[in-house]
Amino acid sequence: MTFASFIAQLLNGLAGASSLFMVAAGLSLIFGVTRIVNFAHGSLYMLGLYGAYTLLEGLVTPLFAFGGFGRTSLGFWAAVVLSALLVGLVGVAIEVLILRRIYHAPELFQLLATFAVVLVIKDIALAIWGPEDLVGPRAPGLDSTVVILDRHVPQYDLALIVIAPLVLLALWLALTRTRWGALVRAATQDREMVGALGVNEAWLFTGVFFIGSVLAGLGGALQLPREPAHLGLDLALIADAFVVTVVGGLGSVPGAFLAAILIGVVKAFCVAIGTQEFVGLEVSFSRLTLVVEFLVMAVVLIVRPYGLLGRPPATQRLAAESASPPRLPRWPAWAPALVLLALVPLAMPSDRYLLVLLTDIFIFALFAVSLHVLMGPSGMVSFGHAAYFGIAAYAAALMLKRAALPMEVSLLLAPVAAGGFALLFGWFCVRLSGVYLAMLTLAFAQIAWSVIFQWDSFTGGSNGMIGIWPPSWLASKSAYYWLALALCALGIAFLWRMLYAPFGYSLRAGRDSPLRAEAIGINVRRQQWFAFTVAGALAGLAGGLYAFSKGSISPELSSIAQSTDALVMVLLGGVQTLTGPVAGAGVFTWLKDELARHTEFWRAMLGLVILALVLLFPQGIAGGARLLWDRLPWRRQTA
Amino acid sequence: MKRRTVLALASGAAAGLALPVRAQQGAIKLGELNSYKVFPAFLEPYRKGWELAVEEVNAAGGVLGRKLEIVSRDDGGTPGDAVRVAEELLSREQVSFLLGTFASHIGLAVSDFARQRKTLFIAAEPLTDKIVWDQGNQYTFRLRPSTYMQTAMLVPDAVKLKKKRWAAVYPNYEYGQSATAAFKKLLQAQQPDASFVAEQAAPLGKIEAGAVAQALADAKPEAIFSSLFGADLAKFVREGNQRGLFKGIEVFNLLAGEPEYLDPLKEEAPKGWYVTGYPWNEIKTPEHTKFLKAYQAKYNDYPRLGSVVGYSTILSAAAAIKKAGALDQEKLVAAMSGLSHGTPFGDITYRALDHQSTMGAYVGRLDVKDGKGVMVDWRYVDGKDALPPDAEVRRMRPTN
Repeated sequence: MTFASFIAQLLNGLAGASSLFMVAAGLSLIFGVTRIVNFAHGSLYMLGLYGAYTLLEGLVTPLFAFGGFGRTSLGFWAAVVLSALLVGLVGVAIEVLILRRIYHAPELFQLLATFAVVLVIKDIALAIWGPEDLVGPRAPGLDSTVVILDRHVPQYDLALIVIAPLVLLALWLALTRTRWGALVRAATQDREMVGALGVNEAWLFTGVFFIGSVLAGLGGALQLPREPAHLGLDLALIADAFVVTVVGGLGSVPGAFLAAILIGVVKAFCVAIGTQEFVGLEVSFSRLTLVVEFLVMAVVLIVRPYGLLGRPPATQRLAAESASPPRLPRWPAWAPALVLLALVPLAMPSDRYLLVLLTDIFIFALFAVSLHVLMGPSGMVSFGHAAYFGIAAYAAALMLKRAALPMEVSLLLAPVAAGGFALLFGWFCVRLSGVYLAMLTLAFAQIAWSVIFQWDSFTGGSNGMIGIWPPSWLASKSAYYWLALALCALGIAFLWRMLYAPFGYSLRAGRDSPLRAEAIGINVRRQQWFAFTVAGALAGLAGGLYAFSKGSISPELSSIAQSTDALVMVLLGGVQTLTGPVAGAGVFTWLKDELARHTEFWRAMLGLVILALVLLFPQGIAGGARLLWDRLPWRRQTA
Repeated sequence: MKRRTVLALASGAAAGLALPVRAQQGAIKLGELNSYKVFPAFLEPYRKGWELAVEEVNAAGGVLGRKLEIVSRDDGGTPGDAVRVAEELLSREQVSFLLGTFASHIGLAVSDFARQRKTLFIAAEPLTDKIVWDQGNQYTFRLRPSTYMQTAMLVPDAVKLKKKRWAAVYPNYEYGQSATAAFKKLLQAQQPDASFVAEQAAPLGKIEAGAVAQALADAKPEAIFSSLFGADLAKFVREGNQRGLFKGIEVFNLLAGEPEYLDPLKEEAPKGWYVTGYPWNEIKTPEHTKFLKAYQAKYNDYPRLGSVVGYSTILSAAAAIKKAGALDQEKLVAAMSGLSHGTPFGDITYRALDHQSTMGAYVGRLDVKDGKGVMVDWRYVDGKDALPPDAEVRRMRPTN
């Protein structure tokens, strides 16, 4: 690479970092103050881009296009700013209408609400703007290039490079020089104390949501000359934004700036280096762009557990609010349910589809319960639990197809493979805590995904593998149904029993009071590490069962979407009960299936149903059901 | 009750008996599944296409004296969900056979499911070569010209230019990888001195267009082969145009002439690029004119390539049922082998050799007229002229 192309690529990286920084800064602010992992931040970004397009092209606002604006520089910048402000109002609406009602729900529950918002916004965008990509005009007044060292650099890229530090400066001033900024910083450190001192928390949260959303919208609107508005933007961006936020350190705006630049530049250089030969081996750096941000994050988090500029979270008063220990279901509850389920194939022998749907539900129930073991009693949230689901599915398929092992052996070895990887990844993850831990699990999941996705000759690459069918004795749907029911029930029973063994108690002790647990001789980190491994192995059992029930697998099994589904199931069902994840898996899988069949805008419907459930049952479905049960008149008398 | 009727129907048909009178009066149900929410830009026109075809087939009296009815489902965009949906279509909806799918991995998963259930599957959209070759099976037929075929259609023009320094850019998944590999192989077979000086694999939907354009420019190629589409293509065109990447360079881009991907570029459509696509407003053959008129009359919109694919898929299904004379799977599969019928692009044949249809594509160059991208100097390349020799196909396709 020559010096000139080095400089050119550096500028590319910096320009690419600009929007990423704004989105991440918004995310970081919102998380810092409200502790909400705002999954809908990518959707706000997408809305910013669509909004700027609509305003500038005068589609819904001919007035705007007439009034001396339209495709002029003034019109362009006005459209960008106006769009960002409108997105800010959307953010306020989300906060006031939905999130404000569930601040007291268990941690991370708000993530479920924002997940539903993503689904709704995506379908609304499809309905308003249609399916086709909308390519915006070049920025008027900045539409040509500047020649730097013989390379053409777009003027607009240079503008973006200037705008990002200006936004950083403005944010820094607002945070350090205003009363509002002082409150935000105080709330980031200790929000209960801020509330106790008489600050109107509701308005503070709304304000922060507004600013955060404006930043997301601004990041999107500024991309108008560089990126067509399309419906895939929300998910394409959200993962990157989280990565930048975490690499920079949660709640740190300068950290987000640094991290955005780091990742933007590393990406640009991966592209620039292209394909290189090392000792006869061809290494394609451009292919690395698939996963490079996650590699960076993994390295940063392993070296600096709180990101580049983050600090360990100051005060957490979780112990006081932590849940009462869930009760183990007694046999009068579970035995009839199991018997009923076992009888389904005999009672309805002709309905193969019901068996297929229930088999899916069993598998996801086991998957969700294995995640719940981490999220609930162990106090470790995993954003990348699908890694073990997918690895096991591939392990099973590879053993069957490549090593020609019998299906039964492959199925039983699949959890071993998944457990092995969980043991390896877990060793790094349990060294962290909170969202940092969650994001490291995500990094490992993305690395596993990208290896599966790229390794054509071994895993079949993006096409996946087909022809993974069980042998003849399991070929009928009812036989496989019983196998899945038996193995999933055993797996779930094992996990639940484990939580009531001394091992499970020591996990809860480690979650509720790490210091005291250490003091009485519990090696908290090692207990967590084992829990991580066991959860990974059982997720692997689910993954193996899934592979043979479908006959084909693809890299999506270890994708972010799959991990998110598991999270949604656990949260929907209720993280503070044991049966919650099972209920969540059932309801979510069934809903998706049912809605997709009956409505065109099923995604929005699914989102609305989840929102309704979230608002009705802030303790999750199982938690809500238990509350209702306890309130029944005859229960109250005996209690 | 219903299920028993159909079972009786199937076994009756298998035994070569006449169909029960009652069953003849009901509609023939076909199961359609696709990722409508994941690829709406292509699949909404596709849906309109097949709806039009169903209407026309039924207006003409249906097939075997019965109406066609499509049970359409969203496959959720993942192979696992698609297989579940396919099961639902077969066992609950009792459809006669399956059609649809867009993404390659989903197409492959459903094709394997169809093999397992011994059910006909007409893969409408998936481009992967594997679905008819390496991983082909007896029950699966594919309509669209594959990645290999569309790439091969561009090669003659590429060879004529005698450019020595080539660069490649592609979306980093199976479609882009096999397109690039096929292009390299075909080009170098005819022009051994062609070398590839740069190769860029961009994550689908997330291309770093500025960096990619710069890296390609730095490699100083004389020509570029690209298989980008959608948002990636738009970003690449914008950055490349701005940075002068395309000055004095010939560019070949698969699919870029399809209205789905060309129209969003508007006045920025890159002039002179060699592309495969669908110049809908310039094709004057009677079969296309008829289709175009009917489509515009029904929807007050112009057809995209997806519309043609959806429309033709239903025509294939109807022709197969007519030829088989029954809804028995083995007869349907036998009927599909070598089946010929008309489409808006002219007659196509599903080859008995590998179950690939000979539907072709339009090859031409891009230009801008009235602020819109158009294809000029185009010609129709029949699919049968873009396929490898039979012996090679036999070597790739498993015998089953």
